[in-house]
Amino acid sequence: MLEQIEGSVAVARAVALCRPEVICAYPISPQTHIVEGLGELVRSGALSPCEFINVESEFAAMSVAIGASAAGARSYTATASQGLLFMAEAVYNASGLGLPIVMTVANRAIGAPINIWNDHSDSMSQRDCGWLQLFAESNQEALDLHLQAFKLAEELSMPVMVCMDGFILTHAYERVSIPSQAEVDAFLPPYEPRQVLDPNEPVSIGAMVGPEAFMEVRYLAHKKQRMALERIPEIAAEFRARFGRDSGGLLHPYRMEDAETVVIALGSVLGTLKDTVDELRAAGVPIGVLGIASFRPFPLEALRAALSPAKRVVVLEKSFSVGLGGVVSTDVRLAVAGLALRGSTVVAGLGGRAITKDSLLCVLARALRDELPDLTFLDLDQGLVDRQLERERAVRRSGPIAENLLRDVGTVASKVH
Amino acid sequence: MLQIRIHGRGGQGVVTAAEMLSLAAFEQGRFAQAFPSFGSERTGAPVVAFCRIDDREIRLREPIQAPDVLIIQDPTLLHQVDVFQGLKPEGYVLINSKRSFDELGIQDVLRRFRRERLVTVPAGEIAMKHLRRPLPNAALLGGFAALSGLVALESVASAIRHKFKGAVAEANVTAAREAFTCVQRELEELNHARAN
Repeated sequence: MLEQIEGSVAVARAVALCRPEVICAYPISPQTHIVEGLGELVRSGALSPCEFINVESEFAAMSVAIGASAAGARSYTATASQGLLFMAEAVYNASGLGLPIVMTVANRAIGAPINIWNDHSDSMSQRDCGWLQLFAESNQEALDLHLQAFKLAEELSMPVMVCMDGFILTHAYERVSIPSQAEVDAFLPPYEPRQVLDPNEPVSIGAMVGPEAFMEVRYLAHKKQRMALERIPEIAAEFRARFGRDSGGLLHPYRMEDAETVVIALGSVLGTLKDTVDELRAAGVPIGVLGIASFRPFPLEALRAALSPAKRVVVLEKSFSVGLGGVVSTDVRLAVAGLALRGSTVVAGLGGRAITKDSLLCVLARALRDELPDLTFLDLDQGLVDRQLERERAVRRSGPIAENLLRDVGTVASKVH
Repeated sequence: MLQIRIHGRGGQGVVTAAEMLSLAAFEQGRFAQAFPSFGSERTGAPVVAFCRIDDREIRLREPIQAPDVLIIQDPTLLHQVDVFQGLKPEGYVLINSKRSFDELGIQDVLRRFRRERLVTVPAGEIAMKHLRRPLPNAALLGGFAALSGLVALESVASAIRHKFKGAVAEANVTAAREAFTCVQRELEELNHARAN
C-alpha cells in the first residue's frame, strides 16, 4: 500500500514485517524515531511475539542482540555515530561469531566537534568489521533493503548493516509502498539458525581460537562475503519479481550508456546527483552515475566492468580518511587498477553540509575539463581555514579550533574570555 | 516542481506543517517530500522546514534555496532572519500576523513581488480561538490553500486528521477552514481595491 510517511517509520514498519523476535536498542539521533516506532508496535501488540529490550548503552544493545541471536531469535538493533563506536567491540564479535543480526545505521558524523548531522563517517569506521554494509538511496530502498538484509544475513549466517542517511532520509516524509505481511512472509522464510544455544543439545559458542585456525575463521568470513556478491543480485532479482521494483543489488547504474565520465556515490546524494547528471546530459555531456549499493562486500569486478569503457571517474563521498583522502575512493582505485582512467575524489557533505546541485555542477564542470585535482573538498571555506592557520602561526596559545572557527563565522559559541 | 519553505520557531509545529502539506499533496495523488532543517533545535529558536511537490518522483535532496512559496509562522523572524532569501519573483508569501505588510515594516516586499500573492492572516489568533494554544501551523495551511489554490482545503483537512486525532484534529480543521475563509476575503478585498 502506498503511504506518505517518515523514513524512520517506514523502516520500523519494514522491520516489523520481518517478524523480529528480539529488538534491543539505545536511542541516539537520528536513529531515535526508528526504535520509537518499533517500541510502539511491540507495546500495542501489532508486532508479536517480540521482546523489546531496553538497554543501558549501545554496547549492551549489541551484546543483547548477540545473545538473542545465539539463542535462535531473529534479532534487530539500530544506532548511529558515537553509538556505533561505543558498540564497536561487540560489532566485531557479532560478525566473528557469524550471527545474522540486522542493524540499521542512521548515518551521522562522528565528533569531536560534536555534530548530529549526516555523513558516512560512522559506518565507514566499521568498514572492516566483517558485517555486510548496504546503502539506501531513498526511503523506499531503505524499507526494501531491510527485507533483503534479513534474508541475506540468515542465508549466510552473517550480520548485515543497512545504512541510511540520517535526517536526510530518516526524517524525510515521502511516498513509500509498504508490502503486505503475506508478501513479506513469502519472501523471507522463518529463521533457521546454523548454530543455536539449546539446553537440550548443549554447545558452546565463542571458543578461543589460536594461531592454528584463526586465519581460517577470518578467511571463511571473507569467503561468505564473496558468496554474498552472487547472492545480493539474485535476492534483488527475486525482490523485483515479487514486489515489482528495483532495490538493492550491487550497483545502481544511471545513464551509463556511452558515459565518458562516471560519478560514483553512496546513499541519498545519488538523487541530487541524478538530477544534476540529467541536466548535463541534456547539454550533451556523456556522463553517468554509478551508485554503490553494496559497500561490503565491495563489488570489485562489477565496478571494473562498469567503469572499463569510461575515461574519467569522480568519487563523491561523505567520508574522509584524515591524512589520506577518500575512503570509498581507495576501494574504487583497487577496482580500476591498470585501467587508463583519470580519477579524482570529491569529499562532500561532512557534518551535514548541504550538497547542492549548483555545487555539483561546478565541481563536475572542472572534472570535465580535467582541472579537478586528486582530492577536492566540496564548498570548503578556504578563508576560514587560512585564518585559523594564521592564528596558530601568530600565537602559541591560539585556543580551541572549533570555538575559533565558530566565532570567525559568527555563530554564537562559548567565549574564551 | 513546487518548492515551499516554512519559517517559524521551535515548538510552533513548523516541521509538522511541512509534513501535513506533503500529506495533503499525497492525498491529491502527487509526489511530495517534506523534511526539516536538520539540527538540535530548541523551543523558540528559528526553525525551517521544507516541502517539495511534483507530478513525478522527487530525487533532489538539497535544502530549498529558491522557494516558490514562503510560509512565515512567526512574524518576529521578519527582522531577524532573511526569510525572503531566494524567493522566486512569482512567489507566494503567507505570514501569520493580524497586521498588514505595511504595519510589519516590510513594504519593500510588496514592491518586489506580485501583490495578489502576498497575504497576512491572523493564524495565531485563530488557533488560540479553536485550540486554546498558539499553534498556527494548521490554520496557515488552510490559508495557503486559499492563497494559491495549489492544494485543496479538503486535502489539508484530511492531512490534519491523519496527523492528529479526535477533538485536536477537528479544532485544527476548524482553524484551517477559518483561515481559508479569511484569506479568501482578503483576496477579494484586494481585487475590489484594484478594480476601483
